Amino acid sequence: MDMQRLHEILSTVWVVWFVLLFTGILAWVLRPGSREAANQHATIPLRDSQP
Amino acid sequence: MAALAALTPPAPEADVEAPIRAFAIATVFWGIAGFLVGVVIAAQLAFPLLNLDLEWTTFGRLRPLHTSAVIFAFGGNALIGTSLYIVQRTCRARLFGGEEMGWFLFWGYQFFIVTAAVGYLLGVTQGKEYAEPEWYVDLWLTLVWVIYLVAFGGTILKRREPHIYVANWFLLAFIITVAMLHIVNNLALPVGDGIGKSYGVASGVQDAMIQWWYGHNAVGFFLTAGFLGMMYYFIPKQADRPVYSYRLSIVHFWSLIFLYIWAGPHHLHYTALPDWAQTLGMVFSIMLWMPSWGGMINGLMTLSGAWDKLRTDPGLRFSVTAVGFYAMATFEGPVMSIRAVNSLSHYTDWTIGHVHSGALGWNGFIIFGALYWLIPVLWNKKLYSERLVSWHFWVATLGIVLYITAMWVSGIMQGLMWRAYDELGFLQYAFVETVAAMHPYYVIRMLGGLLYLSGALIMAYNIFRTVTAKEEALPAALPEALPMAAE
Repeated sequence: MDMQRLHEILSTVWVVWFVLLFTGILAWVLRPGSREAANQHATIPLRDSQP
Repeated sequence: MAALAALTPPAPEADVEAPIRAFAIATVFWGIAGFLVGVVIAAQLAFPLLNLDLEWTTFGRLRPLHTSAVIFAFGGNALIGTSLYIVQRTCRARLFGGEEMGWFLFWGYQFFIVTAAVGYLLGVTQGKEYAEPEWYVDLWLTLVWVIYLVAFGGTILKRREPHIYVANWFLLAFIITVAMLHIVNNLALPVGDGIGKSYGVASGVQDAMIQWWYGHNAVGFFLTAGFLGMMYYFIPKQADRPVYSYRLSIVHFWSLIFLYIWAGPHHLHYTALPDWAQTLGMVFSIMLWMPSWGGMINGLMTLSGAWDKLRTDPGLRFSVTAVGFYAMATFEGPVMSIRAVNSLSHYTDWTIGHVHSGALGWNGFIIFGALYWLIPVLWNKKLYSERLVSWHFWVATLGIVLYITAMWVSGIMQGLMWRAYDELGFLQYAFVETVAAMHPYYVIRMLGGLLYLSGALIMAYNIFRTVTAKEEALPAALPEALPMAAE
């Protein structure tokens, strides 16, 4: 297998890999159990102690 | 985790603030300088006599002075200053490297701005749009930027808050990507005896593609990702409620990261760039509608249930209007990236109008909103006048409206005149006729810029009176930020 062919295969695999990776991120972020933690994280800027 | 928490000192040192105050002042200073040069070059386009027949004051040398002053000096100081503030507050950690680090970043960055600007006026330039500084300035900026990454990343690493807040994700992506773009696009070999000349490593269409990979991602990661980091911190602070959907903000982040980097080729439609690359750039630009509007909805909906604050807090009005302009500019951009539309819009004033609805509306307004919130906090003073903030808001908004409507009319007219044929197949208009036809719109654009500059001067006065006021607003300095209980 020469470099040209290897490049073609890798660039195709790269697209599939990125689609899978992105779909995985979506599934992880939007999974049913994540809402509680996300709501907690959203309050990070607001959790300053009162003077 | 509990054992680790016990080892952490109970009362950490206060956040680094003095250099951030300096960044805030520099933001106002460079903003006014950049807007002023913008008004001057707008006047030069309407009245060419104002080029003064001097090489140092021609449009060609002042235009990069304007773009660099507003993007890198005004926007850059705002980004670095607010990012150092946000990362310390949301990580509950003192800046990595302390006060000295903050001051090095401040003076190092100002030195970059001044050496770049002096070069422009003397005619030292690489001739690459938004990457004009020659190699010696590029090397210095690379050093400052890498140290900025160390400071920001180091602060995240020593955080006491277990989760890294989403604003820091956007800011870190901005810092890393800008470093990558800056280094690759500026690979060049210095030539000659002096220091003012170099040749880029790439040439031809490869050079053009690298330049617009840089150029568009400077928009995507400097003017978008970095400023979204500001949005995700300051709008919740101003509205005093958490972001509408934290999960949407994560999806917003990753979709922006996956898509933006491919959009650059839309700057090279109908050029020597292969068609498949042009189509790729167009498709990814259109897909960017989704993250852009998702993020916009997230920013605006943060105010749901608190819309009344818009009436009483003119600073928040700036931030929210900024998100509105973000929506408008990111709707218009993908439309213009469609090849058929681009054949009309490219090289015309429509592009200039599009850039300014993003720059004046989104970037400028989100900075003003952040400054009106941050300056009273940093100086521990009450803002001198809310009325003046309202004046600034309406004067600047009117300025933007004049600017972008003038450029739409002028740009579309220009594009239509360029492509008009008569019945014998000859071009209907000479180039000089298109220039003459644009004169009234150039005058309107200049007035719009003048209004925007006036608004910034009102802000400068308001801020000056705020920070020089005698009495302090609150008894204590910043309240301590509380980390979440260890997980």
